[in-house]
Amino acid sequence: MSAADTKAAGPPVPVPPDPQAIRKSSPDDDAPRVQKRKRKKGELLPYFLILPAIVAIAAVYLYPLGKTVIMSFQDMGRRELWTGDPAPWVGFEQFTNILGDSEFWWVTFRTVVFMAICVTLTMGIGLLVALLMRKLSTWVRLVLTACLIAAWSMPLMVAASIFRFMADSDYGLINTLIAKVVGEDWLGHNWYLNPVQGFGIITLLVVWGAIPFVVVTLYAALTQVPQELEEAAALDGASAYGIYKFVTWPVIKPVFTMVATLSVIWDFNVFGQIWLLRGNKPEPEYETLGLYSYSKAFESTSFSQGTAIALITVLLLSGVAVYYLRQLMKTGEVE
Amino acid sequence: MSSSTQTTQALRPDRKKSRLHFDLLGLGIALVMVFPVYWLVISALRPNREIRSYDQTLWPTSITFDNFVRATEQPNFATAIQSSLIVAVTAVVGGMIIATLAALAIGRFRFFGRKALVLIMILVQMLPPTAMLIPIYAQLNAMGGIDEYWGLIVVYLVSTLPFATIMIRGFVVNIPVELEESAMVDGCTRFQAFRRVIFPLLAPGLAAASIFALVNAWNEYLFAYILINDNSKYTLNVWLMTFTTERGTDYGALMAASTMIALPVVVFFMIIQKKMAAGLTSGAVKG
Repeated sequence: MSAADTKAAGPPVPVPPDPQAIRKSSPDDDAPRVQKRKRKKGELLPYFLILPAIVAIAAVYLYPLGKTVIMSFQDMGRRELWTGDPAPWVGFEQFTNILGDSEFWWVTFRTVVFMAICVTLTMGIGLLVALLMRKLSTWVRLVLTACLIAAWSMPLMVAASIFRFMADSDYGLINTLIAKVVGEDWLGHNWYLNPVQGFGIITLLVVWGAIPFVVVTLYAALTQVPQELEEAAALDGASAYGIYKFVTWPVIKPVFTMVATLSVIWDFNVFGQIWLLRGNKPEPEYETLGLYSYSKAFESTSFSQGTAIALITVLLLSGVAVYYLRQLMKTGEVE
Repeated sequence: MSSSTQTTQALRPDRKKSRLHFDLLGLGIALVMVFPVYWLVISALRPNREIRSYDQTLWPTSITFDNFVRATEQPNFATAIQSSLIVAVTAVVGGMIIATLAALAIGRFRFFGRKALVLIMILVQMLPPTAMLIPIYAQLNAMGGIDEYWGLIVVYLVSTLPFATIMIRGFVVNIPVELEESAMVDGCTRFQAFRRVIFPLLAPGLAAASIFALVNAWNEYLFAYILINDNSKYTLNVWLMTFTTERGTDYGALMAASTMIALPVVVFFMIIQKKMAAGLTSGAVKG
């Protein structure tokens, strides 16, 4: 999975909200099937079946990951890459260099803030729209779903091109619209001179692209909320907020946390959106950890520095990843 | 009003009024969400003098296909389509074969290391691609895989493998083992039982997973940009960059090209929505 997949391809486990999983009663129901499988224990066939998958994953993920670790303790530059000469070992030097560089801390700070804003907006708006979907007339819901799918299906690069056009300083729609309301000064306004404004446009693109997945998934989870319970609570005089807090939220919470966790991982690794909005040459003020690692590796041709930064990113995210896995186990996604 | 769950509320007049407010809000959100897509299509069909204007209007005054002509005349258009098709289709076919085998193993057998395998599959999907980029680049470089389709194919194949496996597994566990067993009692070999009984039942799941993988490979940008430097081997997403030159961006042609790239994805998405929904519901019914 790459950052470019965050929209269309992203959902690694699109949380099929199967009612059993949510009610957490799967282990017992599964018992007969488990028995049947156990009879086949000891056969070699399953190992032959998974062999290709294991080889492929090992080749493209596990081996490079191991190599990332090794490279980050070496000093691999352009010469070593092209000649194949062994790169000299430098111990923790890459890490001490990076961690001692104030630029790294600024990039990390920027990445975290940007991620936090994107995730908060995505999940907040996504939840509100999903809740709203239940209140809509059927035809409005269908129209909204169609529009969400249309937005969802835009390839990342296409979506980035559209937003770049809309925020263009000369021919952008955004400037025209603001100029009509506020004044002519806005014609020709360059959104990227000020990184805060520039990240505003990037955030718009990221959030717009992520909302469809969040809404569709949360709405699927909401359909699992027992209506009788909500109606009973309403009859008993519970407030709308009370119903939401004590009836609705507990049911959708596992799905919500899972989607939020995925959003954290994806938004932490935003690459393509920034890359294309900045015309394939992001300025240092626009670097997040992914771009920073890239520019160290391919522009400063210090591949070891790049991998060390990538490794630090993986470590920063590993806590989130472990949390995500625990959620999956809880909901029975991993039997 | 046909939402049966809301009937008790719909009877009350104040609810009916708030339903109207919600509907208006819903339509407003729909408008915002779809607007960039509208802007894409409209800009692709606009004459260039309207696109290169300080005064953008929300509706075009005239429609033209000039932008599409310019886009298709851009160097490497045909080879970019070819590259995208070769890479995406090969990656999907290979990925589906490997994923089906793995899904059968995970869904049908209980074996040592099964749970670990599922965990690894979920975990690898969360690795940031930029973390893998440099070692994969270095490795492919050592193996002569830079500027070659196979390098990109392998990367795409594996990046969709975990998701495809887990998705197909969902369909596998919903096919009763008895079906397979009775076919084998009736004299089928295990392979025949799979081909004649299991495979047809698995087909919708395979279709959904492969469309998903295809969209994934079709949309990928970062690896395509890094691993392919040869202009004539660019995939469509990388080719989009050629509309931006030192002298500025040809937005009309860029929007036309983007529309052409997005169109197959939109169609695939419409198909997959139904298939996925069908897959999820059948899973829910059988439990």
